[in-house]
Amino acid sequence: MDLGDIVKGSPPPAVVHKPKPHDSAAKHMTGEAVYVDDIRTPAGTLHAAPGYAPIAAGRVTKLDLDAVRKAPGVVDVLTADDIPGANDASPKGIGDEPVITPERIMFYGQVLFVVLAETRDQARRAARLARAATAPGMPMIDVDDAVVADSTVLPDYTFERGTPEDEIASAPRQLGGEFRIGGQEHFYLEGQVALAVPGEDGDMYVYSSTQHPSEVQHVVAHVLGLDSNAVTVEVRRMGGGFGGKESQATQWAVIAALGVRKTGRPCKIRLDRDDDMMMTGKRHDFRVDYKVGFSREGGIRGVDVTFAARCGYSEDLSLGVVDRTMFHADSGYFYPTVRILARRMRTNTVSNTAFRGFGGPQGKLFAERMIDHIAYSVGRDPLDVRKANLYGGAGRDRTPYNMRVEDNILPEIVNELERTSDYRDRRRALAEFNASSPVLKKGIALTPVKFGISFTLMHLNQAGALVHVYRDGSISLNHGGTEMGQGLFVKVAQVVAEEFGQELDRVKITATATDKVPNTGPTAASAGTDLNAQAAMAACRAIKERLFDFIEQEWGVGRDSVQFREGKVIIGNRAMDFGELAELAYRNRVSLSSTGFYKTPKITWDREKATGQPFFYFAYGAACSEVTIDTMTGEMRVNRVDILHDVGKSLNPAIDIGQIEGGFVQGMGWLTTEELVWDSAGRLMTHAPSTYKIPTASDVPEDFRVALYESGGNRADTIYRSKAVGEPPLMLATSVFSAILDAIISLKPAVMPRLDAPATPEAIMRAIRATGAGDP
Amino acid sequence: MRDSIRFIRKGRMVELRDIAPTALLLDYLREVEGSTGTKEGCGEGDCGACTVALGRIRDGKLTYEPVNACIQLLGQVDGCEVVAVEDLADRDGELHPVQAAMHDAHASQCGFCTPGFVMSLFTLYHSGRRAVSRPEVNDWIAGNLCRCTGYRPIVDAAVKVCRSPPTDRFATASADTESLIGFLSDNEDIFIGDSDRFFAAPASIEAAADLYEQHPDATIVAGATDVGLWITKQFRDLPKIIHIGRVRGLDHIGDTGYELLIGAAATYAQVEPFFRELDPDLGELLRRLGSKQVRACGTMGGNVANGSPIGDSPPALIALDATVELRKGRRVRSMPVEEFYIDYGKQNREPGEMVIGLLVPKMNASHIFRCYKVSKRFDQDISSVMGAFRFTVDDDGKISEARLAYGGMAAIPKRAKQAEEALTGTLLRDSRAWSRAFAALREDFSPIGDHRASVRYRNETAHALLGKALIEAAGTASNRTRVVGHRVVA
Ligand code: FES
Ligand code: FES
Repeated sequence: MDLGDIVKGSPPPAVVHKPKPHDSAAKHMTGEAVYVDDIRTPAGTLHAAPGYAPIAAGRVTKLDLDAVRKAPGVVDVLTADDIPGANDASPKGIGDEPVITPERIMFYGQVLFVVLAETRDQARRAARLARAATAPGMPMIDVDDAVVADSTVLPDYTFERGTPEDEIASAPRQLGGEFRIGGQEHFYLEGQVALAVPGEDGDMYVYSSTQHPSEVQHVVAHVLGLDSNAVTVEVRRMGGGFGGKESQATQWAVIAALGVRKTGRPCKIRLDRDDDMMMTGKRHDFRVDYKVGFSREGGIRGVDVTFAARCGYSEDLSLGVVDRTMFHADSGYFYPTVRILARRMRTNTVSNTAFRGFGGPQGKLFAERMIDHIAYSVGRDPLDVRKANLYGGAGRDRTPYNMRVEDNILPEIVNELERTSDYRDRRRALAEFNASSPVLKKGIALTPVKFGISFTLMHLNQAGALVHVYRDGSISLNHGGTEMGQGLFVKVAQVVAEEFGQELDRVKITATATDKVPNTGPTAASAGTDLNAQAAMAACRAIKERLFDFIEQEWGVGRDSVQFREGKVIIGNRAMDFGELAELAYRNRVSLSSTGFYKTPKITWDREKATGQPFFYFAYGAACSEVTIDTMTGEMRVNRVDILHDVGKSLNPAIDIGQIEGGFVQGMGWLTTEELVWDSAGRLMTHAPSTYKIPTASDVPEDFRVALYESGGNRADTIYRSKAVGEPPLMLATSVFSAILDAIISLKPAVMPRLDAPATPEAIMRAIRATGAGDP
Repeated sequence: MRDSIRFIRKGRMVELRDIAPTALLLDYLREVEGSTGTKEGCGEGDCGACTVALGRIRDGKLTYEPVNACIQLLGQVDGCEVVAVEDLADRDGELHPVQAAMHDAHASQCGFCTPGFVMSLFTLYHSGRRAVSRPEVNDWIAGNLCRCTGYRPIVDAAVKVCRSPPTDRFATASADTESLIGFLSDNEDIFIGDSDRFFAAPASIEAAADLYEQHPDATIVAGATDVGLWITKQFRDLPKIIHIGRVRGLDHIGDTGYELLIGAAATYAQVEPFFRELDPDLGELLRRLGSKQVRACGTMGGNVANGSPIGDSPPALIALDATVELRKGRRVRSMPVEEFYIDYGKQNREPGEMVIGLLVPKMNASHIFRCYKVSKRFDQDISSVMGAFRFTVDDDGKISEARLAYGGMAAIPKRAKQAEEALTGTLLRDSRAWSRAFAALREDFSPIGDHRASVRYRNETAHALLGKALIEAAGTASNRTRVVGHRVVA
C-alpha cells in the first residue's frame, strides 16, 4: 500500500452503498438462525395456550375451568385474578386492552384464560375444555354498524384548508362516490411467540418476537407490578413483523411472564396460526366517502373526503394510523381547498393496528381512486390527469396539513417511468387489443408514491446505540432497532464498519436488548435505519474522538492525517492494524466503548392546531402496472410491472430492492387476493392460510422491472443521504388496482363503477355488472 | 409383522418402536431431534415453512419429494430418507448449491420461510429437470409462502441452480441411499400399539381391508393432507390409524387403452401426467388443486373418499363418468362416482369399507372436455366454483351427451341435470340451446354464500364457466377466453 496516495483526500466508502447480503443470510439458508421458538428451553419450561371468548360482545357470567384443570399435563390456569399489577397491555397504558379479560367481552377471540401445561399440545387441547356461560350483547361488527351507533375510540379529527364545499360547488365539474378498502392480515411467517425465564429477585428475562422491546419491558413490569429495571427483553430477530408486532406482541410476552410469576417455571407461548389471526389486529379497513370539484380538464379545485376506519375494540395505535391516512390522502397531488375528516370507529372486532404504511396506503388509494374517477368522467388518460395535479409549480406546494413539499421529485420520476415503461405505446396497443377481445380486457395505470418519513408522534424520533471496540479490534454493535427481515442490522453494521474502516465481518451484530440500550421506540415508520444508524455512528464517532486524542498525544499526528480504512489505521505515514491501535489505546487507559444518541432534527407537529412539519422528508416512487381481466369470471392477472423508486443514495441496493419488490407484492396482495371476512356474529371466517390468500410466486408478474431512481441523494441530511424504504413501496401496488379499474372501464368508457378493495374475482365481477356490460 | 417404523436420517437408519398413532413428523424433528431449522408457519399444509424432502424409490429411481412435515404423520415416513434443512450444507459449513444460489440472489429477508424454500428447491434440483422456466419454478414453490421477498430472487436462484446437474452429497451417495432404502422396504405389515390405539401400515390390500373391517372406527390415511388438519386444528382423537401408503400395488396406475385404473394410494403427482394426457385442462386442474407438497402426498382416492363438497377431483371424475371401487374385507363393489355422494358429509360407503381405486374412461374423438377452477388466488386455493364438462358431439355437430359437473354449488359435487338436458340433442353452436341451459342452471343449483363467494357470484360463475366451455367447444381458442391455463396446442 502506498501511504502517500492514501492519506490524500478522504477515501471513497468501502462498505456502505454496497449490495451486502443480509447479515443472517447464510444462517437463514442452513436453518441455524434462531427464532424465539428455536431457543433451547430450560428444563421444566411450561407451555401456555389461550382460551378465548366465544361471543363478540357481552359478559361471561360463569367460567367453568374444572375440565381444563383436570386435563392431562395441565399445571395451572391463569385468569384475570392472577394479575398482580395492572391488567392492561395497551400501548399507551390507558387500560382498554385487558391481558386476560375479567368479564366483559369485546370481541370474538378475546383471551378469557390461559392454560399452562407441560407440552404445547396439552395446553392447546385443554384450552378447548372450558365451559363459559355468557350473556351476549349486540355486537357492532363493521364500520357501518359503528357509524349507526356513533361508537368511536377517539374523537373525529380534521384537516381543512379554504372552503372546499364552495369550491366544489362552483367548479365546472363535480362528482362524488363511496367505496370500501379492505383490511389486511400481516401473515408474518413466524407467528406471535414469547419465552419468559425467571431470574433472581423476581426479575424476568423475556425473549419476545417484538418490534418494540421497550414497550414489552414496560408493560410486563406494569402488569407484574415490578420496576422496569427488573425486566429485560431481548429479540435477536423476528420472522417478519410488518407492524403486526409493534404493539400486539406485548400481550403474549406478558402472558408468558405471568406464567412464570404464577408457577416459578419458565414459560413459553407460541400462538397457533388460527389463534394468531383471530386474536391479533390487522390493517384498518375503511369506508370512504368523497366529493371533488374540478376543471373540465380534470384540475382539482376542492376535495371533501370522510374516512371511517374500523379500529376494533380498543384504541391501540389508531390515533397515529388514521392520522397517517389523512397525511397521505393527497398521494402526490395538490388540493387547493380540502377537508379531510377521519372517524375512528369502535367495533366488536380485534383491535386493528400498525401495518406497513400505517394507514398511509388507504389514504393514498382514495386519492388514486378519485383521480381515476375524474379522468374517466372528463375522458382523459388518467396519467395526464395525475400529472396535471401533482405538486409543483407556483403556489402548489402546500399539503392539506400545511407543510411545504420542498423535495418534490415526482414529476421527474413519473416522466421517466412513463418513458421507460413505454406507457403511451402500450396504452395504444391495449386499446387495440380490447377492441378485438370480447372476453379478456386489459388495463394499464401509472401511479405515483409520496410517503412522509418520521413518526408523527414526535418523541419516538429518537434512538440509542452502544458500540464496544475490543482489544483485538473487533467491534460489538448494539442499538434499539429490531431486525424483522428488513435488513436494518446489516445496514447499521455497514455504517459502523465504514466508520472504523473495517470489513463488515469485524462487526458483531448483537440481539436488541433493553438492558443494553434503554427507552427505545418501536422499529417502525420506515425509520429504523435513519434513526439507529445515526445513533450508532454517533457512538463510533465518540470512540474515534478519544482515539484521535490518543494518537495526537502518542504520535503528534493531527486528526486530519489519520484515516481508518481497509482494516488499518493510517497515522501520518505510519500504518497499523486497527487491533494494534485498540490494544495500545487500552494500555493507555482510553475508553473503547460508547453509547450514541440521535434525534431527528427540524420536525415539529402540533396536532391540536394541525400545523407544523411532521416529516423530515418524503420518499418518492412510481409504478406502472398492466393487467388482464376475464370479464366472465372476474379472474385477473398482472402482466407486467415497472417500478422506479427513490431511496436517495442507497446504503445497500440489494436490501433496498428487496424491500421494494417485497413491499409491492405485499401491497398487491392487499388489493387483490387478500380478503378478510367476518360473519355477523363477529367470527373471522378467514383465519388461516387455507382461506386467507397472500400472493404466491405465480401471482408475481413474470415481467417485473424494478429500478432505483438515480438521484444525488436525499436533500435532507440523513445517514449517507439515503432514504427510508420499508413502507413506501407497498403503495406502488395501487397501480394494480387502478389498472384493474382501467380494464373494467374499457367495457363502457365514462361509466365509473364502484370497485371495492380487494379486487377479488367477485369484486371485479360486481364492478363489471355495475357498468351494465359484460354478460357472457 | 413389524412393530416399528424405520427411516433414514443423515445416512443412518432410525428405528422407532413407540410412536403415538398421530405423532407428526415436524414434532419429531423439532422436539425429539432438536432440529429446529424446519419451521412451523401454519400447521395445516398451506405455507410450506415446514417443508422437508422425502427420498424414496419411484419407478426404480431415488426421488426426492417435498412434503409438509406439519401434517405428515411420523409413521408415513417408514421406508424413506428424511432430509431436513440442516442436512444440506457440508460439515465444514460450505453451503449446498441451492443454499448458495439463494444466498447470492438475496433470496431471504426475515428468513423464516427460507428453510422451506431451500427444501422445495432441493427437490427441484434433484428432479432431473434442467433449464427450468420461471412458471415451472412458480409451480414448484406454489406451496411455499414468503411474506417478505416478493419471490423474484427465489425464482432467480432456482432457475440458476438448476442449470447444471446435481453434484451434491446426495447425488454422490445416491447408490448407497438406494440400497439403504431397498434394505428398509419389506413386505411386513406394520402394527404399532394395541387393538385400542394403533398405527398400522399394512403391506397388502388383504391385510388393509381385513384390518379396517375389524376396526371400522379406524381412520384410513393415504396422504394425510386432510387428516393432518384433523389432528393439528380440530384436536380430533384418532386412536386408530391405518396408513395405506405401503400397500403393495395400491399406488399403481394402469392404462387398459380404454380406461385408467387409479389405485387409491396413487398420489396426485403420480396421476398428473396421465390426466394431462387425457386432456390438458385435467393436467392444469391437478397442478392447481394443491401445492407440490400436497400433490406429493395427497391422493385422488382420498379426495373422493372424504366427500368434501369442495374437492376438485370429484366434479372432473363425474364429468368423465368415472367409477369408484370399494372394498370391505373380501367383498369388492363399484359404482359411478356421482352415486358415491349422498349428502353433505355422507357417502355411499359402509362402515369398514374403503375406497381402493378409480376407473376413469378415456375419451375419444367425439368428446370435448373442459374444466375450470375459479378461486381468489390461482395457486393452492380452494375453488369458489369448479366446473367440469364433457360433451359428446356426433358427426353432424349435435351434442349427443352432455355431462356437466360442478363443485362448490351444492353440498356435494353434483351434475347439472337440467342444463344437460337442455343441451342434449341440440347443435353445439345453437345459442338458443345455450341460453336454455344457462337458465336451467338456476334450477339445478341453489348454492350457499360464504367467505369464498356469495350466492350470486356462484350462480353467475356456474353460468360463465358453462358459457366458456361452450364458446371454446365451438372453436374459440383458449388464449382469448382465459387469463390462465391456456390449452397448450400440441
Ligand atoms: S407449517 Fe405451514 S405448511 Fe407446514
Ligand atoms: S423471507 Fe420472510 S417470509 Fe420469506
